Amino acid sequence: MNHSEAAARFVADDARMHWHDKALWFVRQKRDSASKSIPEWEQLREAAEGIKAHTLSRLDHYLEQFEREATAKGIHIHWAADAQRHNEIVHTILLEHGARKVVKSKSMLTEECHLNPYLEARGIEVTDTDLGERIIQLRQEPPSHIVLPAIHLTKEQVSDTFYTHLHTEQGNSDPTYLTAAARAHLREKFLEADAGITGVNFAIAETGGIVVCTNEGNADMGTALPKLHIACMGIEKLIPSLEHLGVFTRLLARSATGQPITTYTSHFHAPVEGGALHIVIVDNGRSHFLRSEKYHKSLQCIRCGACMNTCPVYRRSGGHSYGYVIPGPIGSTLGAFRDRAAFGSLPFACTLCASCTAVCPVGVDLHTQLYHHRQDVVHAGLIEKKKRFMLKAAAWLMAHPSLMDTAGKVARKLLQLLPRKLLYGKANVWGRGRELPSVPKQSFREQYRKSRAASSHSDKKHPAGGEQHE
Amino acid sequence: MSDRENILSAIRANRPQEEIPLPDLSGLGRALGDRTETFIRMLESVGGEAVWLDGRGIDSVIRTCYPEAEVICSAVPDAPLGIAAPDDAHMLTDLDLAILPGAFAVAENGAVWVENRSGGDRTLPFIAENLLLVVLQEEIVDTMHEAYARIDFAEAGFGVFISGPSKTADIEQALVIGAHGAKHLTVLLV
Repeated sequence: MNHSEAAARFVADDARMHWHDKALWFVRQKRDSASKSIPEWEQLREAAEGIKAHTLSRLDHYLEQFEREATAKGIHIHWAADAQRHNEIVHTILLEHGARKVVKSKSMLTEECHLNPYLEARGIEVTDTDLGERIIQLRQEPPSHIVLPAIHLTKEQVSDTFYTHLHTEQGNSDPTYLTAAARAHLREKFLEADAGITGVNFAIAETGGIVVCTNEGNADMGTALPKLHIACMGIEKLIPSLEHLGVFTRLLARSATGQPITTYTSHFHAPVEGGALHIVIVDNGRSHFLRSEKYHKSLQCIRCGACMNTCPVYRRSGGHSYGYVIPGPIGSTLGAFRDRAAFGSLPFACTLCASCTAVCPVGVDLHTQLYHHRQDVVHAGLIEKKKRFMLKAAAWLMAHPSLMDTAGKVARKLLQLLPRKLLYGKANVWGRGRELPSVPKQSFREQYRKSRAASSHSDKKHPAGGEQHE
Repeated sequence: MSDRENILSAIRANRPQEEIPLPDLSGLGRALGDRTETFIRMLESVGGEAVWLDGRGIDSVIRTCYPEAEVICSAVPDAPLGIAAPDDAHMLTDLDLAILPGAFAVAENGAVWVENRSGGDRTLPFIAENLLLVVLQEEIVDTMHEAYARIDFAEAGFGVFISGPSKTADIEQALVIGAHGAKHLTVLLV
């Protein structure tokens, strides 16, 4: 299913779509007021972009330094070239520790590698502990947003899910009540867990430690109680030193939710007392981005979600319409780069308004990348037949000005005469959710010529410009 | 070739040949106003509460702020009410209040730096229903840049910035205080 087909299902519930749009726009507004409260915001963004660009240009060096420092602190480092290896490594570590019950905090990487089903198929119980993630885990759905995984659901749907799985009161959809129920349920899971798995927000080469940011405290509960902590990170999470963390911890939460910082910013530099800390460093296609002239900057992403909150298409089509593990503008470029055939429709789910680029805290040139992807998709011949034909026809017509003039004249007449049924027929995909504009009497060229002729005669009140039609 | 060698050689082959220089961070870290005032304002904005010691004993502060608290664990020497943390954090499930020293606090975001130097239990700040962090007023810094200049991990295996009580907005974006960690956070300024 391509993006527009999947989006049509989300849009079918009009009230829901508008709620989703407004909720995310509200998050965007909170981001705006948080960023405006910092006078040096733009300098911070530039610094963040510069640090990431530098680190990626010497990523091999920083990864080796990180490995050295972490190992010296008693942390075990593992390397996984792809998702399969990542899952095998995590499973092996769990087996070696005899761990059967795992509590997990949010990690888009493990989502990308499909770690949960891999472990569950091998008899390990995996409990997602972020509230939003627990909700969608119980419903067996993927996240629809990287920071707000259950943003596509109503509180009534959450209430029904909890009633079925956690035996809460039927019909009680008060968020405070539901959160308290989840707290009690997950407290049990934390206490009986054999291991905690987390993602990584930042890995510091200089100190050999990792940083995990949460608001709920689930990563901390899940790593302080069990004796085994496995942290999974993509190679792009590296930063050189602690001073650089100052830049990113100022940007991340303000860009994500408008908070000045996440409630918990946890720095792990040793295993829990009497326990073990394992870090799995994963490539899974990331190193290919480094070579790409057009798309390498997408590796700078710190997964704040600001680009999806601001995106007019994401807000109205929902995260599931993208079909890639990460939705929104950043997911569209990552997905299309990884698999153009499967995710080639995503760069077209974009108005090229550039709002994503304007809010990105690390200078990822998102809209430019999406614009490049469209051309790559067309050149690769992956575009739908109908669209390809229309583009070719339009290009040919525009290359022949006199024919274009004639076609315009005919169209302006015909559009007024043809019955709606024919105009908005099957061929007019564009017209499915839109109304054609009313037809002007003259083309712009005709208006321009007329006005030029009039102004050159004598009237200086109308220099150059012509009358504007609707 | 091992996965490690595969990954590193792929990076070496694909990354730019020229090193892109690191940016200069020296201009960053402008104060947002009076440190203490900003800290209290930001702490309140994230759902926390600031209280002044004002010459009282910590005990009397605890009795005023948390009159209901029965099981109290303290890592602050002057709080005789508290019991020492047990060896196994799994015993802490009924903990009403944890009292911990904060090494310093950050004005721009209301966060307090809590670290675990001795290698003791890490669970305390998260498992307690309520959390009281004790911070010296002169130990408030303006921004995260100053904060990281004060941190190193030579001794501490774990450290956390805590900004307000635990929270979530995962159900219809409605803010709920008390997700998995403390439901209430007080910073006691000394």
